[in-house]
Amino acid sequence: MTGEQIIFLIVGAVTLIAGFLVVTVRNLVHAALWLVATLFGVAIIYTLLNAGFLAVVQVVVYIGAIAILFIFAVMLTRRQAAETGPAMNKNWWGGAVVAVLTFAGLAFLLQTWSGFSKTAAAIPSGFDAVNQLGGALTSPAGYVLPFEVASVLLLAALVGAVYLAFNKK
Amino acid sequence: MTFWNDPLKVAADWLTGIFTGWGMPSAGAHVLVAFLGVLMLITILMVIDIFLVWIERKVVARFQDRIGPNRLGPFGLIQPFADIIKLMIKEDTTPDGADKVVYNIAPMLSMMSVLILWAVVPLAPVMLGVDLNAGVLFIIAAGSIGTLSIIMAGWSSNNKFSVIGAFRQVAVMVSFEIPMLATLLIPTIFSGSMGMNAIIQSQDIWFFFLSPLAALIFLIAAIAELGRAPFDLAEGESELVSGYNIEYSGMKFGMFYAGELLHAFTFGGFWAIMFFGGYRFFGLEKVSPFLAIAIILFKALLGYWVIMWVKYTVMRIRIDQMLAFNWKFLTPVAFVLVMVTALMNALLDGAPSWLFVTGMILSNVIVAWVAMEFVRSAAKQEREKVEVPKQVAEAHH
Repeated sequence: MTGEQIIFLIVGAVTLIAGFLVVTVRNLVHAALWLVATLFGVAIIYTLLNAGFLAVVQVVVYIGAIAILFIFAVMLTRRQAAETGPAMNKNWWGGAVVAVLTFAGLAFLLQTWSGFSKTAAAIPSGFDAVNQLGGALTSPAGYVLPFEVASVLLLAALVGAVYLAFNKK
Repeated sequence: MTFWNDPLKVAADWLTGIFTGWGMPSAGAHVLVAFLGVLMLITILMVIDIFLVWIERKVVARFQDRIGPNRLGPFGLIQPFADIIKLMIKEDTTPDGADKVVYNIAPMLSMMSVLILWAVVPLAPVMLGVDLNAGVLFIIAAGSIGTLSIIMAGWSSNNKFSVIGAFRQVAVMVSFEIPMLATLLIPTIFSGSMGMNAIIQSQDIWFFFLSPLAALIFLIAAIAELGRAPFDLAEGESELVSGYNIEYSGMKFGMFYAGELLHAFTFGGFWAIMFFGGYRFFGLEKVSPFLAIAIILFKALLGYWVIMWVKYTVMRIRIDQMLAFNWKFLTPVAFVLVMVTALMNALLDGAPSWLFVTGMILSNVIVAWVAMEFVRSAAKQEREKVEVPKQVAEAHH
């Protein structure tokens, strides 16, 4: 086993445990903090996959913005941070079945993919991943259309949020 | 290759040789040497941090027409060590009802968010932790961990004042991240890379001379990110006592305080790297890496001095004024500046350097002038609103 695999197993286990704690701890602020730990674990996995840019973006967007927003929302809307009601309703087994089936389906699909059991080719020296990503997102031969559509969607969501919050005089 | 040309590599090779000589596998030896390098960098930074306390106290004294620490040792140089001993032997209190784990993690996270920044700081052409190709974004990512530490500290202290202080501080940090990121894109446009070393290497002309407005906006956003005056709303003494760190005592408070000073010094360094050529100074950096380190530390101290100069000169502003200033003025100006710079960079591609510099400065001046015109008209409206005499109700006899 290589060092990279050991790190992957540790990080993967920590991420899974943290993800499990997000949905099981009673204190909502603690849940948000465990969510931060989960997202951080995902960022480390990006780093292990040589996707440094995505790892940094993961931290900026998900920890710096979204997790902070969650914590703000919990603190501003609740007097008690701890949840008092039951954590599960009577449909919990249905959710569990769907989750297991989804995992099994994804695992089956990946099993049929030829690259599943191969080791990744070494990245050539001087390969600039950020440059490649930028080129792919802006070239017409690449992903410029989906990228722009996603931007317009986000802009529409932004305008909608401002409209809803706008105080009509 | 000698020790004077590439000290880190020579030292690392020597250590790896020793470790493998002891029968350690070479991969393990590499990890151990890298770990020792990180440990050394952090130790040096913490020693610098001790003296930053002294520098801060001396400089604030001069600004306030005092002498500052002068009793312990020459020029009061032993004062910070006395401060540390005091912090160490103080009682370590934990407030009633505090969330103990979160409460204890927060100061560590705060210090960590500052130390982690030095992973991407190039001290010399050959001396840097990692030449990350997303180095510019890394600054913002580390800042978001700092934001998290503050909200954790404020919430876990079980104190209303600390929560309000944390809210204010986080509001400042989250909103000023945006103009900071926008202005960090300007060195990226000029150099064509987000790596720190590439940005420094392409500064044959300091980026300050290409985009002084971006340098100014970056400085303002950095001061806000640091939570220093005029943006130190978390520390409204009159209404909040001391903000998110009220309940912390001893070395836990010391971690926040030392973290803030080192953060200010670090952002002085980033200001130098992004806009003032980093370790470059008329080719002196090519003579020896040690000279390069001296140059970048000197520039970082100058940047730190400017930040202190602002802190001890300008008064604190209100939170609504600050948020309005960021969202209605700084953010739009920063975005317009990025667009104009990108456009001018494309238009002047291949132009002689005198034309490039003139065009860039002119576009900066025009953006600044238009922005100031907007401010002028907004201020005029505000003034007119205040100046209209209010209808005073007739007094009934």
